[in-house]
Amino acid sequence: MHPAFSVIVFTTLSGIAQGTLVALSVALLLGDRLSWIFIAGTLLVCLALLLVALGASFLHLGRPARAWRAIAMWRTSWLSREVIVLPLFIAVVALWLVLHVRDLAPGLRGALPLAVIVLAVVLWWCTAMIYACLKFIQEWATPLTFANYLLIGLASGMSLYAALALLAGLGPQAFGAAGLAVILTVVALAVRVASLVRNARLKLKSTPQSATGLRNPVVVQRSMGMSAGAFNTREFFHGRTLAFLKRMKLIFVLFGFVLPASLMVVAMLSGQGLWLLLAVPVQYLGLLAERWFFFAQARHPQNLYYQTVS
Amino acid sequence: MAETLAKQLALVIDLNVCVGCHACVTSCKEWNTSGSAGPLVDENAYGADPTGTFFNRVQTWETGTYPDTQTVHFPKSCLHCEDPPCVPVCPTGASYKRKEDGIVLVDYDKCIGCKYCAWACPYGARELDESRQVMTKCTLCVDRIYDPKLAPEDRKPACVKACPTNARLFGDIKDPDSEVSQAIRERGGYALMPEWETKPANHYLPRAITEVIAAAAKD
Repeated sequence: MHPAFSVIVFTTLSGIAQGTLVALSVALLLGDRLSWIFIAGTLLVCLALLLVALGASFLHLGRPARAWRAIAMWRTSWLSREVIVLPLFIAVVALWLVLHVRDLAPGLRGALPLAVIVLAVVLWWCTAMIYACLKFIQEWATPLTFANYLLIGLASGMSLYAALALLAGLGPQAFGAAGLAVILTVVALAVRVASLVRNARLKLKSTPQSATGLRNPVVVQRSMGMSAGAFNTREFFHGRTLAFLKRMKLIFVLFGFVLPASLMVVAMLSGQGLWLLLAVPVQYLGLLAERWFFFAQARHPQNLYYQTVS
Repeated sequence: MAETLAKQLALVIDLNVCVGCHACVTSCKEWNTSGSAGPLVDENAYGADPTGTFFNRVQTWETGTYPDTQTVHFPKSCLHCEDPPCVPVCPTGASYKRKEDGIVLVDYDKCIGCKYCAWACPYGARELDESRQVMTKCTLCVDRIYDPKLAPEDRKPACVKACPTNARLFGDIKDPDSEVSQAIRERGGYALMPEWETKPANHYLPRAITEVIAAAAKD
């Protein structure tokens, strides 16, 4: 598939915000004593990230002014469900921020962290199922897709949470969160590697024979029926070499997982917070590469019909 | 699961006689670009890198190893699946399957151009209109086949009317006595990519060794 930059930015930024908010909510539910300014700042940063993510998702649409129509088919469409849950999630975070800043409704505020955790997980589920429900895109049609979206979001969110805690002067919380972020990043890497191994072993169900019904063992396309470009030759091909894909895989494993985890370990061992702050942008760049690879690696069966230009 | 409809219009394509002339491609483009679906935009049509929207393509495939090869011209358009995976994924309901005749259509006024339906079609049958930014696809000439102003023999998809070798049959595959049902039944009509259980309405008739060819091969 052709990786769309809008969707890459949307899913990575939203994932970080979801993970950070889950970290904050769990900390509060466990009775962690956090400062007013830290809670307000974390909510504000996540709200900003979610709004940028929402904006990026609009860029993916051909007719963004009609986006409101996308709530209609929630009974059958995971995309429709995502379109409902994302604004709901943003609204709950915004409500939390307002209640926190104005010091209103303490009872309701106690329930908000739980609501945020539930909505964050539901949002990951919707996003992942958009891809995992397409059974003929075999690279995506696996529970590992949800596991990856969940774990990568939690890991990158925990890293940002640690950095924000450090900036708010909450040293012990920051280094505690960094430890959790290292663990989550390692687990996320393990699951991502599991999906890479699975996809490397995939046997594609569609073949030139099944695509055409021609029964010969040798079936070759001689012409796709046009010499010009078309939507089908752009949308479903990444247009890069296999060597480029391999490099991208190495980059995302290093920058998305290995380097940030190492930086956070260095931060914890040396007590130098700077390394913690550095881990966040490094990990984000790596996760952009990870999401690019997620799309590029998916082989759509329609590509069988568009192999030969002539 | 999709409900079973009483009527399902479809094309049946005879690979024995398709000569790969692309008359169905051009007649489809001509009819639809001036019909209710159109215009089928072409961008940079006279430039170095042209691109355009088509509802129907004729591809060329080759089977076997030289000298035992066959060239097969292979027309390809939306298969109007009985269980179309492109319909349930549409977030707005713009992509739908008509209950009265099983044609899969897009409501261009509701489409937001998210392209998810195209991702959900294993056959690559849908093409985004790059100028209007809405999804388009074969309509089975829905604005033609019911038109009372046309003579009854013209109430067929443009591609079917244009084919010089009669390689394209059109009709209701739920009516056992229709031309298409008989052709599928008697000549081994098959569906594309049966592994995804989309139940395409369109069928293809496989190459058959005719008596004449068999006799000639014996000589």
